[in-house]
Amino acid sequence: MGSVFTLLRHPQSAFTFFSPLIPRATMSLSAKEKDLIRSFFSKVSGKMDVVGHEALSRMLMVYPQTKTYFSHWKDLTPGSEPVRKHGKTIMEGVKEGVNNIDDLPAGLVNLSELHAYTLRVDPSNFKILSHCILVVLSMMFPGDFTPEVHVAMDKFLTNVALALSEKYR
Amino acid sequence: MVVWTDAERAAITGVFKKLDYDFVGLNALGRCLIVYPWTRRYFATFGNLFNADSIMGNAKVAAHGKVVLTGLETAMKNMDNIKNSFAPLSALHSEKLHVDPDNFGLLADCITIVVAAQMGSAFTADVQAAWQKFLAVVVSALGRQYH
Repeated sequence: MGSVFTLLRHPQSAFTFFSPLIPRATMSLSAKEKDLIRSFFSKVSGKMDVVGHEALSRMLMVYPQTKTYFSHWKDLTPGSEPVRKHGKTIMEGVKEGVNNIDDLPAGLVNLSELHAYTLRVDPSNFKILSHCILVVLSMMFPGDFTPEVHVAMDKFLTNVALALSEKYR
Repeated sequence: MVVWTDAERAAITGVFKKLDYDFVGLNALGRCLIVYPWTRRYFATFGNLFNADSIMGNAKVAAHGKVVLTGLETAMKNMDNIKNSFAPLSALHSEKLHVDPDNFGLLADCITIVVAAQMGSAFTADVQAAWQKFLAVVVSALGRQYH
């Protein structure tokens, strides 16, 4: 008796860390996963600003190509005012996602338009920032960031990224 | 050829000094099987992998996690020649195990996340950058012999 997944080849397996240009397909959240996300996020929300700042700092440092989007900032170093402020802005967007978890494309339409028409961030970068957010959550909440929470959050951030990509073309 | 700065070498060896191979091995491979369930296709002989609890309690997952970490240690010890020293492992994964090389990146992400949890604030952005560069080189080496 083997795993039921033995013969299944999900096309999503081709979309990975090393193929950032191709967005992942939506994998819908179950009711249980939505509960996990809401409850985990309520633990995180008190430290949301720190999470945002840490994740953004790491993105700029570990993936230097992302700095190209911030050439208008006078300071890109961790701890600087623009990085702190923007980390907070990002997490407020993630929180919006949590609040609209039942219909992310509808709930995040304004943010999608912003990213598509004004910011024009290449969608491959959403995956990069999502990974940094997960690393920081794992570091700051090791006990709460269980494997079940990990998969739910990974799916959630993927779906947020897809909702943000909605208006691109 | 990969160029490592002294700081990068120090960061990577520093991570290995703190690594609990049993803990990281089980948790990284376990999370990979849980977060990316299609990866279970490669472990048909491991028995019960049906849910998170059975995966995390599975002795074969634990044993194999340690095998993976030991492989990473080999890369660390051969940091200037990972490509060639991993050629046999790459051939193994391609010709015998038939693993889609995209999966290596998924496991690498899970390893990073577990290392981050284990090291806490010691896993600074600099360390993360060096560590992810190291894993990227390993992943690339593992995919090299595929044809």
